[in-house]
Amino acid sequence: MAADRLTFRRAVRLVRVDWVFTMKELSHSSFFILVGALQPVIFASIAFFMFRAGQRPGTLLYAALGAGLMGIWSSTLFGSGGMIQWERFQGTLEPLLVAPRPYVLTVTGAGLGTSTVGLYSLSATLIWGWLFFDIPLEVESPLLFALSIPVTVLGLGLLGLVLASTFVLYRHANALSNLLEYPIWLITGLLVPVSLLPGWVEPLGWILAPTWGMRAIRGAALGGDDPVFAIAMSLVLSVVYLFIGAHFLRYFERLARERATLALA
Amino acid sequence: MAVIEAHDLRRTYRSVTGTFRRKTSDVEAVRGVSFEVDKGELFGLLGPNGAGKTTTIKMLITLLIPTSGSAKVLGHDVVKEARAVRRQIGYVFGGDRGLYERVSALDNLKYFSELYGVGPREQKQRIGYLLELVGLNGREKERVEGYSRGMRQRLHIARGLLHDPPVVFLDEPTIGVDPVGARELRATISALTEQGKTVLLTTHYMFEADALCDRIAVISNGEIIAQGTPSDLKSAIAARTVVEIEAYGVDEARLDKLRGLDEVASVSVEERGQAQVILVQSAKGLQLTQAIVGHLDGIRVGRVSAREPTLEDAYVALITDDDGS
Repeated sequence: MAADRLTFRRAVRLVRVDWVFTMKELSHSSFFILVGALQPVIFASIAFFMFRAGQRPGTLLYAALGAGLMGIWSSTLFGSGGMIQWERFQGTLEPLLVAPRPYVLTVTGAGLGTSTVGLYSLSATLIWGWLFFDIPLEVESPLLFALSIPVTVLGLGLLGLVLASTFVLYRHANALSNLLEYPIWLITGLLVPVSLLPGWVEPLGWILAPTWGMRAIRGAALGGDDPVFAIAMSLVLSVVYLFIGAHFLRYFERLARERATLALA
Repeated sequence: MAVIEAHDLRRTYRSVTGTFRRKTSDVEAVRGVSFEVDKGELFGLLGPNGAGKTTTIKMLITLLIPTSGSAKVLGHDVVKEARAVRRQIGYVFGGDRGLYERVSALDNLKYFSELYGVGPREQKQRIGYLLELVGLNGREKERVEGYSRGMRQRLHIARGLLHDPPVVFLDEPTIGVDPVGARELRATISALTEQGKTVLLTTHYMFEADALCDRIAVISNGEIIAQGTPSDLKSAIAARTVVEIEAYGVDEARLDKLRGLDEVASVSVEERGQAQVILVQSAKGLQLTQAIVGHLDGIRVGRVSAREPTLEDAYVALITDDDGS
């Protein structure tokens, strides 16, 4: 029989299967769920108290959405960034690479899976805020809000592909993942408005999907930022990430085969 | 045309030591390995730990790029046509890693079916057949984390055969599996060639190679030091006899004395509980027992017997000679 030829339809199916498989696998990880649910709630609580002290109207939902997105970023970062290391640790990286299907499809699906699992953080944060901080769950533009969420998940998932592709090469990539969590929260305006930071920080955020995802979600929920422009930017970045991630992955996969870093030993 | 061809394959690993004063050193894991495997053949790569078996197999299945030399599988170059090679091969490795533990065996097989390009319509039938083949029927919905080592190994085999590949690479598939489980696995492996598949098996169990393989290449220190059928390898030492001496507390100095005897071809030691069994190979017809026991003066000696050489003795002789040279 051997493997079938890859068609576009089969490629899309493979990404979808990978997406679902990753969510299923992660949802069985009590550690991942605990961190994904608890961490954003803790950060959200701190943010709520800080913003409440500021006494500005509408800022609590602003903080809740930011904290939720922080959770999605953490999920993507540790899910996608740590994915390769985890696959290497549990010995599945080699069987994945020796499979006839292009590894980029596998990682794309897995990246989307990790960012989708991050939605759990967003939901947990919003429910937490509604229950304990009286945050009204009303949004300005429900349609754009509903659209901005999958677009954000897509952007972050494909950013995960870029991360994962570079991490194929390094056996200690998880250390790099830890370094990237807080700076991205700051640069992309998830934690505090970027306007509070030095001027040179803002352009750095423009190339990062969480910036536009945040603007899209907050714009649709609270008004202010143009959500349509932010959604468009998220989609453009997604395409760029896909291109860069696929290219990196091919290149780094070959380098890993040359340097023998696919297995632990 | 041979199904698997390896020509002068070499692989060097670079390792780095030290934090501030970093030193790099090169280790030659495989040093010019060449062999061919024909269609429907079960070919064994036999060697001790660290001999270069796994490195060789990883180059053939496209996971490692050779430092030099070339290899082809079904006519496809393993470096330039990696994707074409991957479409035609199945890879099974030993040990209990390499599976998604948090989900069921069925989830693992369904997932890898997609990765291995098994059509959605064929998946159910194929997975059912393989679960039956490896004896996991009825246990497929349990999470893998609860599986024994033998069950995991059987799942590895099922996964490697999902796309019904014409060429199968088995890297120490029975390692750590209990004797009964290992025997069942060997029966499954043996059945693969009956289906017309070409199999390359690495192992360090002599009896396994003897029982399964049509031809064997013995690899030591990254080089093939002998190649042929199990009978060929055995016949190379057919003119020898093996004296087994059970001893307690034998030291390296005494063993060196035995190795120094002109009539002795090789000396090896196996640990069996408290005792050590010294295996001395010499030309047939020589009466060496007294001389050997004489050199073990001062230590407790148990049972002493002489017997015909086995494939294991042939292997030990080859490896010992290679290490000595």
